[in-house]
Amino acid sequence: MNNKMTVKFDSVSQNEAFARNVIASFILPLNPSIEELTDIKTAVSEAVTNAIVHGYPDTVGEVTMTVEYEDNQIHITVTDCGTGIENLDKALEPFFTTKPEEERSGMGFTIIKSFMDELNVSSKYNEGTTVEMFKKITSQAV
Amino acid sequence: MEIKHKTQLHKVFVWLIGELDEHSAKNARYELDEIIDKNLSAKFFIFDFSKTSFMDSTGIGVLLGRYKKLKKMGIAPYVSNPNFSINKILQISGIYDIMPKI
Repeated sequence: MNNKMTVKFDSVSQNEAFARNVIASFILPLNPSIEELTDIKTAVSEAVTNAIVHGYPDTVGEVTMTVEYEDNQIHITVTDCGTGIENLDKALEPFFTTKPEEERSGMGFTIIKSFMDELNVSSKYNEGTTVEMFKKITSQAV
Repeated sequence: MEIKHKTQLHKVFVWLIGELDEHSAKNARYELDEIIDKNLSAKFFIFDFSKTSFMDSTGIGVLLGRYKKLKKMGIAPYVSNPNFSINKILQISGIYDIMPKI
């Protein structure tokens, strides 16, 4: 089965839960296990939170989430047109954060990497960031 | 997210009820700090995740911040009852090295 969808929403923190719930509903026909579903919701939450907190630190901008699946392979893209990441290598390191004073853990990308099969991040300073994540549903819960 | 607590002798139990993400973190921090400030004579502080339906890496930041505060007061923090996913997040981030799971 193939299917895809796109949602666009404002970079406000209420939409973190909205994005998680949208992805969960959309992939439900693939019969993911509870663990797979939570892994994907967590990864989406990390990517969307990054867009809201770091992409648009002082303004409200637009976040786009695209989800596509082909058989059991899920492909998720979260894009913002915000500040971009100055040093991507650093940003991908565990515990690295540009906002330690806000008690941010710097573990977002590390968690995406361990919860999903693949993570690609591309970013241009002052133009925005795209986070691309892949996961194959294997459990086929009944 | 709603936070409930119970004090039993020198132990403080806190339940983080609902979803802990960036949206709910600010209020969670505030309420947890208030509970800590009212229980400075406690020896143990237990974060109970049995009623936490969702947590992302924002939760790690919240826990680390409270860890610093509790340590300063000489109160030992613990974690209990995380679900499968929350357990994985706590493990990856090394939280159990400073807040043992009981």
